[in-house]
Amino acid sequence: MKSSEVQIAGSLRRRLAVTLIGGMTILTLLLFFVVRNYAAQIAQQSQDSILSASVTSILDAATMRDGEVQIDIPYASFSMLGTNTDDRVFYVIYQDGVALSGYEELSIPKASIDETSVLQSTTFMEVPVRQVTASRVLAGADFRTRITASIAQTQDNLSGTLARISRNAAIFGAGFFSLAVLLSILATSTTIGPLKRLADSIARRGPQDLSPVEKPVPSEMAPLVSSLNHLMHRLDKSMTQSEDFIAEAAHRVRTPIATVRSHAEMTLQRVDKEENRQALRSMIRAIDETSRAAGQLLDHAMIAFRAHQLEFEAVDLVEISREIVLRMTPIAEMKDIELQLSGESSVIVSGDSILIQNAVRNLVDNAFKYSPADSNIEIEVQSRPSPYLKVVDYGPGFLQAEIETLTDRFTRGVNAEGTIGSGLGLTIARDVAAAHNGKLVIENHHSGGACVILYL
Amino acid sequence: MRHLVFIVLCLCPFLASGGPSTNSSLEWEDRKLFGNTSNSQAITVLSSTDTSVFAPIIESFLSDNPELTIEYLVAGSAEVYQRFRQSPSSYDVVISSAMDLQLKLVNDGLAYRINDIQHPDWAQWRQSLFGFTLEPASIVVNKLAFATLPEARSRQAMIELLRTNPDSFRGKIGTYDVRQSGLGYLFATQDSRASETYWRLMEIMGSLETRLYCCSGEMIEDLANGEIVIAYNVLGSYANARTDIADKIDIILPSDFPNTMMRTVLVARKSQQHRSATSFLRYLTSAGWDDSDSDKPSLPSIKDDPIDTQQSIIQLEPGLMIFLDKLKRRTFIKEWESAIIQ
Repeated sequence: MKSSEVQIAGSLRRRLAVTLIGGMTILTLLLFFVVRNYAAQIAQQSQDSILSASVTSILDAATMRDGEVQIDIPYASFSMLGTNTDDRVFYVIYQDGVALSGYEELSIPKASIDETSVLQSTTFMEVPVRQVTASRVLAGADFRTRITASIAQTQDNLSGTLARISRNAAIFGAGFFSLAVLLSILATSTTIGPLKRLADSIARRGPQDLSPVEKPVPSEMAPLVSSLNHLMHRLDKSMTQSEDFIAEAAHRVRTPIATVRSHAEMTLQRVDKEENRQALRSMIRAIDETSRAAGQLLDHAMIAFRAHQLEFEAVDLVEISREIVLRMTPIAEMKDIELQLSGESSVIVSGDSILIQNAVRNLVDNAFKYSPADSNIEIEVQSRPSPYLKVVDYGPGFLQAEIETLTDRFTRGVNAEGTIGSGLGLTIARDVAAAHNGKLVIENHHSGGACVILYL
Repeated sequence: MRHLVFIVLCLCPFLASGGPSTNSSLEWEDRKLFGNTSNSQAITVLSSTDTSVFAPIIESFLSDNPELTIEYLVAGSAEVYQRFRQSPSSYDVVISSAMDLQLKLVNDGLAYRINDIQHPDWAQWRQSLFGFTLEPASIVVNKLAFATLPEARSRQAMIELLRTNPDSFRGKIGTYDVRQSGLGYLFATQDSRASETYWRLMEIMGSLETRLYCCSGEMIEDLANGEIVIAYNVLGSYANARTDIADKIDIILPSDFPNTMMRTVLVARKSQQHRSATSFLRYLTSAGWDDSDSDKPSLPSIKDDPIDTQQSIIQLEPGLMIFLDKLKRRTFIKEWESAIIQ
């Protein structure tokens, strides 16, 4: 798993939004039905009260005259029933269970014996109606009679009112819902915001910035930020220690080895016995090999360390090559090897000079090691197509099968038998190339020698 | 029998086109066939309006719709109501001046609802009953008889006039017999709602041996030839329609509480000719007949309201059904009879 890949399990934002919007949906629906039901009740109540008033006014108009019931129904009894939708009105008047007037097919509930009015929803002439029935006792000198009046009205106006209320409630609900969704989205972003800002601020940091997060964060994020700060503190400390350690190690290892080597050389000059001289020479070679290996190991550690926190600056690749050629010329001359630097006079790249120096030195060193006596090592620096440095020798070259694995740590080619080396040279060069977003190309020159190109 | 004939009619419209055989068993005040009798589409119009008044309107409609035939049947407004109730599938269009009876027909579900007609709210009920004329109840007098008398401009003035000149008017007053005429009953009940003056007027008219008429036509006829000199609660529109007697009569709109009736039209729910009937109804409500040549007197449509009659228009509302109540009607008729028949 690469460090940039993170296992994802759900989304806080989505979870929050779904919870909020889901809640709002339920609330909105609830609101809609409650408002609608309530409005329906009120509308029905108002129709009922008008119907009741109408029935009452009819009953009030009932009188006894000469033993005969007379009901002079007031005009208002029906006038008051006028609605916007011109609802139909049906009525019937009974005297002791015998229909006196009105729509005799309109049945009245049996329960309407007492004084209180009976409200019911029923159908008449195949249309739904609301019916109110009430009765009243007329008492004469020697008799009692019960007058029952019932009025039914269609519910067109009521259903119109209900439809209107439902529509308004729906519009209101939709508005409420959209507002709620907007608020949910806002709330979600506000909540997720600090987390996102923290992530951004950490991602934006430079490679060396391991300072603690100092901006205030919401209390829920405090444990995370605290752990993060702690982790960064430890990382900072450990990196500082590593850097110190590498510098210290370089100093502590190289100096004694150099001292031992100089002692060995001095001894070699004082010793005359061929046997002893031979032993001393072996010793010096072993010391060289050790020094070299130690140097490369430290270089490699340094590169691994620095690669994550590169300090980019303008570096002249030609200048670096020239210095190395100059430094190695004395040793080369001892082996009759000629170092040839060609190409442009100056190739400026952006990079870490210490790392680039290391890489070039290792490449030239490698070439030097495998070059036979009295041969050339050609170093070419060009800026086109992209800046590169090519080192060609006339040694045995690489085995084709090994080219893929050569840059692995501590791997040495089969052809390297008998030469000093740790197997880290190409690895170092490759790591440097990678740290600069470049690459290292290894191939065999057409002459048979090795050809290594460092692209930066 | 009529049902049977009607069923045959419905089943074979082409056979029936030869001539309307419906309702032939009934007596009619008038019946007339308009349009080409060979047309397949015939609509039957049941109306309380005299043919002479309505004929120009029908002819104007048929000139725009030559494919239709209209059978026009005339009866008194109460008759119209009863006949339609008895056989609601025999007629396609019902026109009547008795607004209360018409409203009751709609209330009882006998009318066809026409939703796409734009009509003023006060002139329609349930999108089923449409008022298309505005006709005030008026006092019509014989000019000759009033040459030396002050004209009665209101009911109160009429009472004064009758009181001071009882001999001039004995047996010379006419009004509707509310027991027979639906429109007369409507006007009478609306009058009684408006003021007690109505009952005083009825009493004095009763004491002067008022003649009772079933219909406007006869009353105006008698007025023109001097049989009577004053007719109470007659439709001014009918009097106006009689151009031949225009110089003999005067039409007075009572100034105290005028009543304006709307002639209403409905399409029968059980009609088999909803489309044609509706187009006729649409023609009536759009007052398309009203702007035509004025040499033939026509009914005043609701579109050209000459005076501000809005307040006096009898409202199309459930209240109209109150006076149709059996008990209420019985009481009213009894009271009316005791006042006018002495």
